Amino acid sequence: MADTVFGITYNGGVIIAADQSNGRSILTYQKNLDKIAKLTDYSMMGVSGANSDLVQFTQYVSKNINLYEISNEGTKLSTHAQANFARGELATAIRKGPYQVNVLIGGYDAGKQGAPGSVSLYYLDYFGALHKVKYGAQGYAQYFCASIFDREYKENLTEEEAIKILGKCILEMKTRFMLSQPNFIMKKVDKDGVSVLSFGEDPADT
Amino acid sequence: MARRYDSSTTTFSPEGRLHQVEYAIEAINNAGTCVGILASDGIVMASERRITSGLLAPAKTSEKTYQLCGHASCNVAGLTADANILIDQARLRAGRYAYQYQEPIPIEQLVEYVCNYKQFYTQRGGLRPFGVAFLFAGYDEQYGFQLYQSDPSGNYSGWKATVIGANNQAGKSLLKTEYKTGEEKIPNIQEALMLAVKVLNKTMDGTTAAAAAEKMELYTMTRNETGECVHHILNQEEASKVIDAVEAEAASAGDS
Repeated sequence: MADTVFGITYNGGVIIAADQSNGRSILTYQKNLDKIAKLTDYSMMGVSGANSDLVQFTQYVSKNINLYEISNEGTKLSTHAQANFARGELATAIRKGPYQVNVLIGGYDAGKQGAPGSVSLYYLDYFGALHKVKYGAQGYAQYFCASIFDREYKENLTEEEAIKILGKCILEMKTRFMLSQPNFIMKKVDKDGVSVLSFGEDPADT
Repeated sequence: MARRYDSSTTTFSPEGRLHQVEYAIEAINNAGTCVGILASDGIVMASERRITSGLLAPAKTSEKTYQLCGHASCNVAGLTADANILIDQARLRAGRYAYQYQEPIPIEQLVEYVCNYKQFYTQRGGLRPFGVAFLFAGYDEQYGFQLYQSDPSGNYSGWKATVIGANNQAGKSLLKTEYKTGEEKIPNIQEALMLAVKVLNKTMDGTTAAAAAEKMELYTMTRNETGECVHHILNQEEASKVIDAVEAEAASAGDS
């Protein structure tokens, strides 16, 4: 709940932003964590939650999706299938040993025979509730960002406009949220795959 | 000496062969014939119904064609009892895939799963191989309409048009000359149906066409405007129409 993940779709792509803080109780461990995992070349998953579950769940999902692609001679899972796979795992886990993770999954699906590709963003909470959304936020960020998205979002945003909206969300978090979230990382998926747009502190530095 | 290796499916003979598996494949070459043809707008499968006795109640549902899931069906040549086990497995797999990913299973994955199941019975001790060959017809987003055949060994392969069962060699050679592969020339459903009947006529040694409608099961798979697969087994009337059209064509093309 204490960490922030939000995302937005625009014309041709989807962007997910997440804070980079990792801590527990009253202690901050690090401020350069990357909470947005690349699942495939064309999909990514922003995760909020306890660091242990966050790592475990992302690895579990991404490795299984990769295993699928290897064992089926390169057949790709659509973003829809990936999201539903992740949902199934959380829905099973909730009755056994729940993962404390809330997720946003974003992906790009190439169109067939030159048809335009499509982008999608999925909201998934640790109960296993899955929704396809145009924009969304996880954790306390929902309280701060829902109104911003509601006011600013429109169909066919450009990438620049989408980044601007996320910038407003980040600013709001920094102004109003009581916990310290000094750094944010932002990634996008479009026809060229997953790429990092910006980060506060380099996740590679330890 | 070959006898020594007959009873065990899992032991290679000195010549490096698995006799039981080969016998199973051979058994299917005597089973009712099935023809599969890829059309431009769907798939056609036609199969021979063997009427063993006039007293036998006709099957209430299809005898040879089984739907596996919304987007795949199969034709059976060989032991129906064995086939039922495999069909159950295929349906289960298709259902589980849909449950896990909320998307239809790619056709080749479904075929491969069934074939892996068959293969297992050629390697595991004390088991006999499945005496079944299949034609699989299916549609998926990535590759569109697809036609596969499989044999008891667990081998499978994709085809534009193929025949399994009795006289499959004769059927295949007819398909080779009659099936056009160029982009525009690929037959549509109606043409493919007629070709399939033609092939069945040949493999059934040109049995009298008068009774043919009861002896054939004709199946088509197409897609409707909303993109759903439509499975259809032709009823007596529809089948007769196709058979008559083939007759008429043969008559006019002239034995003259």
